[in-house]
Amino acid sequence: MSIKNAVRMVDITKTFAAKAAKVVANNKVCLDINYGEVLALLGENGSGKTTLMNMLSGIYAPDSGDIYVNGKHVTINNPSDAFALHIGMIHQHFKLVEVMTAAENIILGLDEGNKLIDLKNVHTRVKDFCDRYGFVVNPDKKVYDMSVSEKQTLEIVKQLYRGADILILDEPTAVLTPQETQKLFAVLRNMKADGKAVVIITHKLHEVMDISDRVVVLLKGNYVGELMTKDTNPQELTNMMVGRPTTLNIDRSKPENLRKCLEVKNLSVKDIYGVLKLKDVNFTCYGGEVLGVAGISGSGQRELLEAIAGLEKLEPGAEILYTPNTPGAQEENLAGMSPVRIKNMGISLAFVPEDRLGMGLVGNMDIAENMMLKSYKDGSGPLLDLKKPKALAEKVVKELEVLTPSIHTPVRRLSGGNIQKVLVGREIEQHPSLIMTAYAVRGLDINTSYTIYNLMDEQKQKGVAVLFVGEDLDVLLELCDRILVLCAGQVSGIVDARKTTKEEVGLLMTHLG
Amino acid sequence: MTQAQIIALINSSVVFGTVILFGAVGEILTEKGGNLNLGVPGIMYMGGIAGLIGTFYYEKAMGADAVPIICILIAIICALVASFISGLLFAFMTVTLRCNQNIMGLAFNIFAAGFANFYGGSLNKLAGGVGQINVLTTSKAFRATIPALNGLGSIGKIFFSYGFLAYVAIAFAILIRWFLNRTMVGLNLRAVGEDPAAADAVGINVTKYKYLSTSIGAAISGLGGLYYVMDYQKGTWDSAGGVEGLGWLAVALVIFASWRPLRAIWGAYLFGILSWMYFYIPGLTRSSQEIFKMLPYIATLAVLIFVSLQHKVENQPPKHLGLPYFREDR
Repeated sequence: MSIKNAVRMVDITKTFAAKAAKVVANNKVCLDINYGEVLALLGENGSGKTTLMNMLSGIYAPDSGDIYVNGKHVTINNPSDAFALHIGMIHQHFKLVEVMTAAENIILGLDEGNKLIDLKNVHTRVKDFCDRYGFVVNPDKKVYDMSVSEKQTLEIVKQLYRGADILILDEPTAVLTPQETQKLFAVLRNMKADGKAVVIITHKLHEVMDISDRVVVLLKGNYVGELMTKDTNPQELTNMMVGRPTTLNIDRSKPENLRKCLEVKNLSVKDIYGVLKLKDVNFTCYGGEVLGVAGISGSGQRELLEAIAGLEKLEPGAEILYTPNTPGAQEENLAGMSPVRIKNMGISLAFVPEDRLGMGLVGNMDIAENMMLKSYKDGSGPLLDLKKPKALAEKVVKELEVLTPSIHTPVRRLSGGNIQKVLVGREIEQHPSLIMTAYAVRGLDINTSYTIYNLMDEQKQKGVAVLFVGEDLDVLLELCDRILVLCAGQVSGIVDARKTTKEEVGLLMTHLG
Repeated sequence: MTQAQIIALINSSVVFGTVILFGAVGEILTEKGGNLNLGVPGIMYMGGIAGLIGTFYYEKAMGADAVPIICILIAIICALVASFISGLLFAFMTVTLRCNQNIMGLAFNIFAAGFANFYGGSLNKLAGGVGQINVLTTSKAFRATIPALNGLGSIGKIFFSYGFLAYVAIAFAILIRWFLNRTMVGLNLRAVGEDPAAADAVGINVTKYKYLSTSIGAAISGLGGLYYVMDYQKGTWDSAGGVEGLGWLAVALVIFASWRPLRAIWGAYLFGILSWMYFYIPGLTRSSQEIFKMLPYIATLAVLIFVSLQHKVENQPPKHLGLPYFREDR
């Protein structure tokens, strides 16, 4: 079979004007996309993969360089231009209108000569696509009622409906269970067989090996190289992606001297709408162990951590029994205690979701001032103690290798990875007996991610109990000692991370045992 | 209450309701596109004063020869142009320059009140110093009814005793509902108000939609100001700022109606009844009357509480209401 070129990008450069300096997101990148092939675009967070593809989908315009589609030189100024060229992109954050139905989302913005909304046509055509590629889509379902995987399917159908022959998927598996991922890959293989060009943006190596025919690697906005998937291996790809020979291993130590730290009994939490977000959660957390928490996003992970930290209103009957790490100390029930009191007992909530600067740090304050957020009560009288936080800031910057002009730089000016280091560093320096983290490595580069993993393991060896909410199952299996799986706010199982498989955890994520 | 009193209450409520119905229907169109224009009172000021200025000069030039239909045309065109430009200004400030929408709306109200009252006062002076201007011919034309229908006893009094703009307001509400729910352009507009990034990604020109919905919405709201001057005030200028209070009620009505034009129709008349009820309750003093004037706002609060307890996504404001959109924001 001869290869037919779909897209050729030549010497593409794109810069973003940030506050002080220019950030080069893509520097003279060249790329070929072919029909009947799955291309993996591999690179770390911030390597410019998404930016490059956004220039094909019309979200950004390149500063310089040329784009050819089907051999013809084109300029793509906006998403309409991209549709006209049969290019469709499925963004990592779905671009769907929540209050509308699937069918309405599909026809949104289309100009098919109809002035009035005509949904009948949509139903038959959507059914065609479903039969052809093996999806399930209910055209009358509202988007806010859909699961993540249903939304993704809808996005794909939306692009196909618009006649996309070149399909770009940005980190499509980030929020899927292993089973859902396999279903998606089956669909992508069907599309490939149908002659479509598929690009998948990812940083997960095993997925590259699994689905792609060809890999292009980007590093810090630069093109590194291109390989046929069958001729390469994960180690080679890692080296290309990081830019130097690297071994990425989590040093998982054997749990020793386990000590009961926290016992949660009958924990239930309702949201403001009165819907149960956690239902009868029971588990025990030990000092000297990393307890992973897995689950589809929104299964109650956030509520669980916040409940322990005293930020949620608990339903009656819940008990959160904490055993302080001092000889002869009595168990205490934290349920109903204020966050300040809980914190003073040594429970540290390194709560690090997408809004790192929301609950963790104050963006406009500098590193030293952010350290003070934990010690503002320590000064004498009405005055603050400025010395200790400053010393602490210097220590954290030094020990965790935070890249910053000075400790007086507002933290919002730092990169995501460095912000994370400041936050985690501060929490660890409180010498907590329980650390809770949520999505601690989201948006971080690989090296920083592994720094964080190893910090967690180090804490574990010091006898700290670590509650680690994660989304990457491979990491959870490698880092944790046990994994607690949440499904719709309930514990569907607690498994031994050394013995379980990804499939088993994936199954627990979607099924209550 | 006697039958005559009930009819009188209904009549004054419909006149009152028509002013705020125009305001609310225009604002619904604006807000469905994601722009929260708190400048409705100011836009009503602009629509009212522009219509008055235009017809004042026309009537002054023509004297007794002024033709009613031309009076109406001049008034409507002046009001539409002035309020359309007001909306355009709002769109330019908030969409292109990305100013804060709330501040822009409030600032515009202050500007428009000053602008309109300055010209209102000047017109009074030009009218000959008697203290009041009066565009008699125009106002009469706006308030004209069809005698055959108006004469049908109480039915005629209840349904057919209003100037044509009262019916135009209802027609606009129905038209806007049809537009939003049945047409592709309406669907696209709703998407812009809900999630501009999603709309943008499917190739909808977010800027264009926001400009047009805000400007056309303002033009419709402005007709409320014109109706206030020509019908409610019978062609005179009220420098006490009565239209401003009605403008705020129009904003409240949008919330009361949960952004649904048809609900705004009966909501407008209900607000009218609530606002005028004090007039028909015996034994009220000047101060206790004021308590009754709070009723429309209390009704709005009650609806807000009810809606928030209901947790129905469809009754919530457009998700991106009041926020600026910039594609390259990350």
